[in-house]
Amino acid sequence: MAREKFQKVHSSAVPVHIENVDTDQIIPARFLKATTRDGFGENLFRDWRYDGNNQPIADFALNNPIYSGDILVSGKNFGCGSSREHAAWAITDFGFKVVVSSFFADIFKNNALNNGLLPVQVSDAFLAQIFEAIEADSKATFTVDLEAQTFTIDATGASASFEINTYKKECMLNGYDDIDYLLSLKDKIEEFEKKRA
Amino acid sequence: MAGKTLFDKIWDAHVVEQIEDGPSVVYIDQHLIHEVTSPQAFAGLDARGLKVLRTNRTVATPDHNVPTIDQDKPIRDDLSRFQVDKLTENCERHGVTLYGLNHPYQGIVHVVGPQLGITQPGMTIVCGDSHTSTHGAFGSVAFGIGTSEVEMVLATQCLMQSKAKRMRITVDGELGPGVGAKDIILYIIAQITASGGTGYFVEYAGSAFRNLSMEGRMTVCNMSIEMGARGGLIAPDETTFEYIRGREFAPKGAEFDAAVAKWRELYTDADAVFDAELHFDAADIEPMITYGTNPGMGVKVTGNVPNLSDIEESGRTSFSKSLEYMGLVPGELLLGKQVDYVFVGSCTNGRIEDLRAVAQFVKGKRKADNITAWIVPGSKQVEKQAQEEGLVAILEEAGFMLRQPGCSACLAMNEDKIPKGKYAVSTSNRNFEGRQGPGARTMLASPITAAAVAVSGKIVDPREFN
Repeated sequence: MAREKFQKVHSSAVPVHIENVDTDQIIPARFLKATTRDGFGENLFRDWRYDGNNQPIADFALNNPIYSGDILVSGKNFGCGSSREHAAWAITDFGFKVVVSSFFADIFKNNALNNGLLPVQVSDAFLAQIFEAIEADSKATFTVDLEAQTFTIDATGASASFEINTYKKECMLNGYDDIDYLLSLKDKIEEFEKKRA
Repeated sequence: MAGKTLFDKIWDAHVVEQIEDGPSVVYIDQHLIHEVTSPQAFAGLDARGLKVLRTNRTVATPDHNVPTIDQDKPIRDDLSRFQVDKLTENCERHGVTLYGLNHPYQGIVHVVGPQLGITQPGMTIVCGDSHTSTHGAFGSVAFGIGTSEVEMVLATQCLMQSKAKRMRITVDGELGPGVGAKDIILYIIAQITASGGTGYFVEYAGSAFRNLSMEGRMTVCNMSIEMGARGGLIAPDETTFEYIRGREFAPKGAEFDAAVAKWRELYTDADAVFDAELHFDAADIEPMITYGTNPGMGVKVTGNVPNLSDIEESGRTSFSKSLEYMGLVPGELLLGKQVDYVFVGSCTNGRIEDLRAVAQFVKGKRKADNITAWIVPGSKQVEKQAQEEGLVAILEEAGFMLRQPGCSACLAMNEDKIPKGKYAVSTSNRNFEGRQGPGARTMLASPITAAAVAVSGKIVDPREFN
């Protein structure tokens, strides 16, 4: 089934300056009881966003009104731990289109791509530049060009290229999903099964 | 031409199609599903008007959110009950085998598969759960997937995956007394960090793994994901074949012999090349415990929390945040620290050998007054076996609370939560913030270390009891 095509993103960003952000932080297990894909954004980073009395924790970036935008920026090894796709759903449901880090966990990366959320991996040094740009100006904007595979800090013009395999890139740009492709291989899959039997 | 690694042999035999500059289409031999990561996948099938393609390659059991008391009664939590009912309904509608809550085979999906002989060498196995790596202990390529991918496998029995790089971790030598499989894997992760294996599929080799039982090997492979690896596997050998022999879904008679002959070909060729090779000496490994909020933050149980100066500069903020959460200070000695809870269970250490080890340790002893000790068998079969072997009586005598099978306090989706600020020594796999309940402070260790802590009421070296 077709999904939204990924367009060029031009936006400010929200910094979660922490390393090894695991998927239990992104969406704690107690919120995984839903049977649909909607509504997880409400509990994105729940235990960092709210205290034990459900009061917002003021200094957490998602609660700080100076930060906004379609881009989430975080420290290395983002999305480690549990395979829960609910983490990708929570991030997209909250409104993010891009996650930037200097390193992503494998399963999270697949889950993100399968939900039209673009994981942009940059070097440690470039990630530091992004955090610096946001620190200097919380409204600093960035441009994410999937077609060109570049991430640009608009204020300085500094740009980094990022990797994505051609197949996944085409899927994102055209709004294709893997299941459509796999379904088109029906005969080939049956042939494979016969050959092995 | 250079030889092939075990991972390559299995992977390559399952590639249906290779997309240029893209992922491989990989055929999946066995799909395991549970209540938490499958409902949206079934909903996706329904939206497309599709049925499960190969019901004979799919098995379901509820484990993540099930209560661990009163399993014969309706689940009290509305959302949990709805999710478990949804699994039942989806399985019935699609004709998928389900081991429901009151079935004698119900349990944690990664305990159930091996125990029933569903898990076999050379297979590709997936599940919407990152600890699917457990099944690699049998020499299979097993890994966790997301729900969109669960939908792909249900619909087509295939998955689109980029092939991981190959890493071999060799541990040779003899383990010291009181040191087990859990200590080996916690040691490795502490050495290479929680992201040291990302992008790789790991083969464990060397005498330290050869000498482990199948259950020990499962503990090791289970935690491959905790170093970021896509999965981990161990070449099958006589230990593997003997474990599988006679199990419910294992081949029988002449078919078993034929299968073993094929399984014997599952090894890494002598001239195969890995993208990364690591070597450790078993003699360097001591009983381990974690002090921080990712599984890479581990030290020997007699050790100290690292000092700030031991940590790379870029990681110091995260390190300090982690220690603050844990209520520990840099350089602190862990021995003697008071503990509140002991949790023995999970897909890492909730098998019969784990329960035996704990029972043997606590026999004739009593848990300390300040400790609440929970034992959660990994499956109904483990529970039954523990009763038959008299382990339940020993454990109850020692003051442990025996609960019914499920994931339980490992991820605290059900009511089994460690209260805020309390310390739990757990045999599970993750010490993330809030993993065992909001504000809970988890320290990961082996079943024997957990047993020693339960008896002492504080962090202790289990070897002191010898």
